[in-house]
Amino acid sequence: MTTRIDQRFAALRRERRAALVTFITAGDPDSETSLAIAKALPAAGADVIELGMPFTDPMADGPAVQAAGVRALKAGQTMRKTLAMVRDFRKGDAATPIVLMGYYNPIYIYGVEKFLVDAKAAGVDGLIVVDLPPEEDEELCLPALKAGLNFIRLATPTTDDKRLPAVLANTSGFVYYVSITGITGAAAADPAKVKDAVARIKRHTELPVAVGFGVRNAEQARAIAEGADGVVVGSALVEAVRQSLDEPGKATAATVKAVTDLVAQLAAGVRAARK
Amino acid sequence: MNVPQEPNSFRTGPDERGHFGIYGGRFVAETLMPLILDLERAYNAAKNDPAFKAEMDGYLKNYVGRPSPLYFAERLTAHFGGAKIYLKREDLNHTGAHKVNNVLGQILLARRMGKPRVIAETGAGMHGVATATMCAKFGLECVVHMGAVDIARQQPNVLRMKALGAEVRPVMSGSRTLKDAMNEALRDWVTNVHNTFYCIGTVAGPHPYPAMVRDFQCVIGNETRVQLQEAEGRLPDSLVACIGGGSNAMGLFHPFLDDRSVEIYGVEAAGHGLDKLHAASIAGGRPGVLHGNRTYLLMDEDGQIQEAHSISAGLDYPGIGPEHAWLNDMGRVTFLSATDREALAAFQLLSRLEGIIPALEPAHALARVAELAPQRPKDHLMVVNLSGRGDKDLASVAEHLGGQL
Repeated sequence: MTTRIDQRFAALRRERRAALVTFITAGDPDSETSLAIAKALPAAGADVIELGMPFTDPMADGPAVQAAGVRALKAGQTMRKTLAMVRDFRKGDAATPIVLMGYYNPIYIYGVEKFLVDAKAAGVDGLIVVDLPPEEDEELCLPALKAGLNFIRLATPTTDDKRLPAVLANTSGFVYYVSITGITGAAAADPAKVKDAVARIKRHTELPVAVGFGVRNAEQARAIAEGADGVVVGSALVEAVRQSLDEPGKATAATVKAVTDLVAQLAAGVRAARK
Repeated sequence: MNVPQEPNSFRTGPDERGHFGIYGGRFVAETLMPLILDLERAYNAAKNDPAFKAEMDGYLKNYVGRPSPLYFAERLTAHFGGAKIYLKREDLNHTGAHKVNNVLGQILLARRMGKPRVIAETGAGMHGVATATMCAKFGLECVVHMGAVDIARQQPNVLRMKALGAEVRPVMSGSRTLKDAMNEALRDWVTNVHNTFYCIGTVAGPHPYPAMVRDFQCVIGNETRVQLQEAEGRLPDSLVACIGGGSNAMGLFHPFLDDRSVEIYGVEAAGHGLDKLHAASIAGGRPGVLHGNRTYLLMDEDGQIQEAHSISAGLDYPGIGPEHAWLNDMGRVTFLSATDREALAAFQLLSRLEGIIPALEPAHALARVAELAPQRPKDHLMVVNLSGRGDKDLASVAEHLGGQL
């Protein structure tokens, strides 16, 4: 099975550069603006789009992503709308991989089987579900792989060599290395340590390794890109959304551009990395 | 829907992956997974170590003040005119509630694991106070995450925690109550994995917490069995306890689950009423996944968790321990509920009749006793878990009663 994610990382490997993986929350600040942002991301330099499925209780997320989820839910975002957003995106872009990221409960309540069918049909390529470790693979991971979706697992500094094989066993698409022990949007990791950690993971897998948590500007993106196959940026982008909103929290003419400007800088950083 | 087959014993769970039927499990971020596996290993080792049990028993006796009395509530019994009512006096424990039984166990475990920093979530503040107390006693750093709404309505406990040297961190996210305090504690844990022990206050969370907290709380039911044997020469006919997450209830119920003659009632918080804002996850929820386990949760049709409401901060949580969820499905425990108003009435009744001011949490159990007891014959033995004392609630009770205490 070759997915858009596999194809994209293979193509970037030929270009000898790392991927820029951009996270935005679906429906933030409203579904229309959120779709406009997503559509503008590839041209601004995003190679992979992670689309957050908002959840009331995002236990692994810091204040920025929490607030983005609150904005989306307040604007009426639902799982149905998130899947519809992917369908609309796919009408104009058949190549950019889309990964849905979030927590298990909204998927479980939507119905795992129905979710996988609808997600695949909408044009989703992979899933990252924060609260499903390998110990719970039967819940969603194995059915997702069977449905032809990538299941992208997080590896962390606490995932030691003994545990790593279990974490990687049913992982596909890429491995998401969480560079710090902490929540999203926390302090950035030391690039040298990240490089070592990526090398450690690569001893156990052929999969590309993307690194996230704490990357917020072009310089950090460049530094991380030198030692990894991908750089994930999330909190900084949803923070750019927030800063562009008007007083009552509505989107403005500047909202889409606020995100794409930052993505363009990050993309330049990733492309400037020496590989 | 498949009706689960009744097991030979209700006391063998969970399985090795932490499941009680479909409930429980380990739904946590990868960062925490190795810690949870470590904790499970450490707990299993401690459980089988006679030295751990001896240490625990010593502190339970000399520091906590156990066994707690099983008290025959004569005037309450006469008032209802039915079942003979016994109160298991967990309110008389050091720190004023059952919470300390579990905290003692977890803090001794934290010491064995060499963790210098302890975090906890708290709703009513009783778990926070118990954690702050044990951390003071053993010289550990203590940070308690508490919703801003709860901080306002449980001031006495906030002051107690501070006096004990703990840091109380106000939680400003979400509904600013217990659910959000747990989110924040999990975020703290994920950030400070290297030195931090997460002391969960109820029979919920990822495996092994539901089983471990239950085991530590079973001292309640084990004592009750012995004490009632001494007083009456037999088993109780019924057990009643309030349920938020459900640790005081599980501690009383679990040792009696296989005594099929014993009726068991858990009382959830019905808040303003089951058709309005409430915290009764069995009555008004359905199975979902939150805070590391699958269990009954209050949520909307899109799987978003709803805010619970109860006058009692300790019951103000949109979920319930996974083992309770399973016992509900198996039909072994009957789940009832009581409203804010009913709990307030029971609070006043017990205070006036027995000279015991109950916490608002067990007042919910007492509110259903008001119905259950009169329907039972006079030789029916009913044990109610008086899980905590009500000093902490006096200000908010006075406010709800319009200053008329």
